[in-house]
Amino acid sequence: MNQYEITFIVDPVLSGDEIQATAKTYVDLLEGEGCKMVHFDDMGIRSLAYPIKKRTNGAYFCSEFQAVNGEVIEKIELSLRRDERIMRFLTVRLEKYGIKYNEDKRNGLIGKKKEESKSEDSEEKGAEAKKA
Amino acid sequence: MASRDDIKFLSNPNIGDKRKKYCRFRKYGIKYIDYKDEQFLMQFVNDQGKLLPRRITGNSLKYQRKVSTAVKRARHLAMLPYVTDNLK
Repeated sequence: MNQYEITFIVDPVLSGDEIQATAKTYVDLLEGEGCKMVHFDDMGIRSLAYPIKKRTNGAYFCSEFQAVNGEVIEKIELSLRRDERIMRFLTVRLEKYGIKYNEDKRNGLIGKKKEESKSEDSEEKGAEAKKA
Repeated sequence: MASRDDIKFLSNPNIGDKRKKYCRFRKYGIKYIDYKDEQFLMQFVNDQGKLLPRRITGNSLKYQRKVSTAVKRARHLAMLPYVTDNLK
């Protein structure tokens, strides 16, 4: 089971629930293809570093899921390309460090960069404590 | 007459010595660089949004490559600009 992460930007001109609906369609599409959703993150509307399609901000969504193999990705990307509400998307395959990082981030272990160094060590200690 | 050593202390003693650079990823044990948090990636990009070379950031080759792919992905997702002025 490979773990993938798709981050996509939805056009903010649409109304709030329209944006949620677009995101929802992709979550259902993924589940329909038999992928296991690990995490779905709505990063909200953020300003873009440079205008895309004459828009200066966009609604960011990041979905993390597990899939048996890569064919699913082809279908998802095809529909992402066709959908004109999606301004941009990026799919990435996560290796074990990426998966570990995302889990730690969700459990709040990774704070800001400064605490990141401390929490990394405390996390190892925590891990040992669990093992012992 | 002041001897050579006294004169030397007139100026700041540790002007000359170079701070030992280290790879922060190896030192703090960070294994994955997330392309989504641009606050962290800002440290490896100069004012114009260009990638800083290894001799400045002090990264090891393995992690400098990971940083560069992460920055390029962040640029694709418009989290970091391709080129700008006074980014910081």
